[in-house]
Amino acid sequence: MKRAAALAAPAAPATHVATGLKSWLTTTDHKRIGLLYFWTAFAFFLIGGLEALVIRAQLAQPNGRLVSAETFNQLFTMHGITMLFLALMPLSSAFFNYIIPLQIGARDVAFPRLNAFSYWALVMGGLLLNASWLVGPLFHAGRLSVAPDGGWFGYANLTERQFSPGPNIDFYQLSVQILGISSLAAGFNFIVTILNLRAPGMTMMRLPVFAWMTLVTQFIVITAFPVLTVALLFLMFDRLFGAHFYLPGAGATPILWQHLFWIFGHPEVYILILPAMGVVSEVLPTFARKPLFGYAVVVYSGILIGLMGWGVWSHHMFAVGLGPVADSVFAATTMLIAIPTGVKIFNWIATLWGGDIRGTTALHFAVGFIAMFIIGGLSGVSHASPPADLQQTDTYYVVAHFHYVLFGGTVLGLFAGVYYWWPKMTGRLLNETLGKWHFWLMLIGMNLTFFPMHFIGLLGMPRRVYTYAPELGVGGLNLVSTVGAFLIAVAILVFVYNVWRSRTRGTIAPNDPWGGATLEWSIPSPPPPYNFSVIPTVTHRLARWRTERHEPMEDPPALPPAPIHVPGGSWWPMITALGLPVMAVAALTHTLWPAFVGAAILLFAIYRWAFEPFEV
Amino acid sequence: MTHATMVHHTSMGLDNRKMAFWAFIGSECLLFGSLISTYLVYKGKSVVGPYPHDILNIPLTSGSTFDLLMSSLMMVLALAAVQRGDMKWGKIWLFSTALLGLVFLGSQVMEFTEFVHKGLTISTNLFGCTFFVLTGTHGAHVAVGVLWLLTLWVRALQGKLGPANATTVEITGLYWHFVDVVWIVIFTVVYLIQ
Repeated sequence: MKRAAALAAPAAPATHVATGLKSWLTTTDHKRIGLLYFWTAFAFFLIGGLEALVIRAQLAQPNGRLVSAETFNQLFTMHGITMLFLALMPLSSAFFNYIIPLQIGARDVAFPRLNAFSYWALVMGGLLLNASWLVGPLFHAGRLSVAPDGGWFGYANLTERQFSPGPNIDFYQLSVQILGISSLAAGFNFIVTILNLRAPGMTMMRLPVFAWMTLVTQFIVITAFPVLTVALLFLMFDRLFGAHFYLPGAGATPILWQHLFWIFGHPEVYILILPAMGVVSEVLPTFARKPLFGYAVVVYSGILIGLMGWGVWSHHMFAVGLGPVADSVFAATTMLIAIPTGVKIFNWIATLWGGDIRGTTALHFAVGFIAMFIIGGLSGVSHASPPADLQQTDTYYVVAHFHYVLFGGTVLGLFAGVYYWWPKMTGRLLNETLGKWHFWLMLIGMNLTFFPMHFIGLLGMPRRVYTYAPELGVGGLNLVSTVGAFLIAVAILVFVYNVWRSRTRGTIAPNDPWGGATLEWSIPSPPPPYNFSVIPTVTHRLARWRTERHEPMEDPPALPPAPIHVPGGSWWPMITALGLPVMAVAALTHTLWPAFVGAAILLFAIYRWAFEPFEV
Repeated sequence: MTHATMVHHTSMGLDNRKMAFWAFIGSECLLFGSLISTYLVYKGKSVVGPYPHDILNIPLTSGSTFDLLMSSLMMVLALAAVQRGDMKWGKIWLFSTALLGLVFLGSQVMEFTEFVHKGLTISTNLFGCTFFVLTGTHGAHVAVGVLWLLTLWVRALQGKLGPANATTVEITGLYWHFVDVVWIVIFTVVYLIQ
């Protein structure tokens, strides 16, 4: 931090013109939407974390009695959906929003109001989903919570009306549908933004790797989510209108759901991990003072992961018995996809090799990401073999695997991004000592939590069962796992304190506290509403670094030569998004009029949106 | 318009909205792909009738298919008229496209009603499930397109649609043609290959 303090420039002048609640509700500024995404995602991360703590407290000892089996089912289902759709994806979106336009030298995203809509649809979907915790009495359920209880992948035909008569699964299918709409809208927006709004000279092979990984992620989003949309649509018709897409009695097969779900679900895994890979690919070069080793190979392997991610879904279904041919093909593709992933890992290690390494918190998290992701990747390859998978499927071994990938991978990677870009987003640096405490507590905590789960699973404890008998002999390991989970909670508290402290006591960030190579570091922290006083012209990939052939680019002047028009806000994206949960109420309560009210809101808001004067 | 001209420069040289729309169409291919695949997977799996050959009315649907194809022609003429600034014909062709879309929807309503009378509902058998959800989703797309075309037509009547909005009309056309192409696939898969 001494280095940053020495570099500190005089405090930047106040940049945000409008303040107050209305300016946030109607904002179309990608930076503000990025902050909204961040805080919303972090709030849901805390909720999902609390759910995990209750799960771990229940499992700390054999025959746990903290919660009932019914509540336990709701907890693990909501934990999964919340963490994937409401915490990790939106946390990535926070960085897409805030950082991508800055990295490519743009003033905003291609469709600022659509961007606001994506955010508000996320909020509506998240509120609708979590409302299920509290609205049991409205459905005469005899208990407070009617939260979804079919697991995050909600296998048919358990989710059909005859087996799940309550509104639980309706909350699941409706809110996930809304969250899908949010992601799809953001997908189109960021594809166009990255392809079309690049500054002069920013060719595709000069794009920062984070922007590349975002682009690949968004292509996966717009192709994977429609398949989930259809799967949920069938479920909706089954539950509400008496269709039987997943009912074996009518000749249908519940396996259809599994195929549709995992054709979405496996690409979803890459939607979650590629942004974190992009973050790490930005953090490592900056703190090793070396260009990313094999930039082109990292980009191509990211694209390859995106493509191959479409050909591996049935490895989630080896236990179904699809036959030797299907099993062999999917085993082979699953093993193959480890190759581009491994290539990236070697590139990151080679980037560090011989670098002038600065051990910042961001670098700690990035290196932690590599180490933990390797463990998660190795256990993942072990499921690629169907005979091994049959022993592991639906046990805690699988839980261990995907938490190493999603916590050790995505969460650590995104925290690297938090420490790296926090000064750009808030104008204040986070404290590095507290950051190191956060990192080490979290790393130790996650290994204590998830490593024993490998053994718990191999010893035979199934996942998603609310308790276990002492004779199974996994009580001690489960207790270790629970202690680890609470250690992670302590680490998060340290982070929360660090954030709170940084508001007033954090070192004021200069334009570039780290010596970064990309464009976002050439402008004030936080950037003014128009981002760049003058749109930069990019001449080489490491725009702000001196290389053998290139001089570093000149930073844009502090003030724009002429006033820059910044588009104003709009209420209509939020109101459009509001129409969605209103329509969902119709399906939840089996009454028709909310559907018409919701559709009317939607239609009215879309027309006002389309015809309001708004210049971009 | 000053700002509009300022931002119309794009890195790929393709209008932002048009690029977004192509991405949207790509996404829609996966949506209809999943629906059509499901139809094919469940083909012949119904355990009770009515079965497709008992009930599908090929002459009626051939007529509505021809109607939808002609609407695509109207759409092309509408765009050409708007691009050359001929708003008189622009209005006529936009309205004709919407009208043919409405005729298609009308014949779909007739077809659905007839099927229900003959005992095929969404809960009768797997054919009913997959048929109604697939063609219904397509019909919903046509309905959105009709609403969109009528909106453009009203804007044109108000004198607010001109050659400057040709890209808007072009994007509407992209949507309309896409929905039309999807119907050709559905018509082939559901009606012709029984």
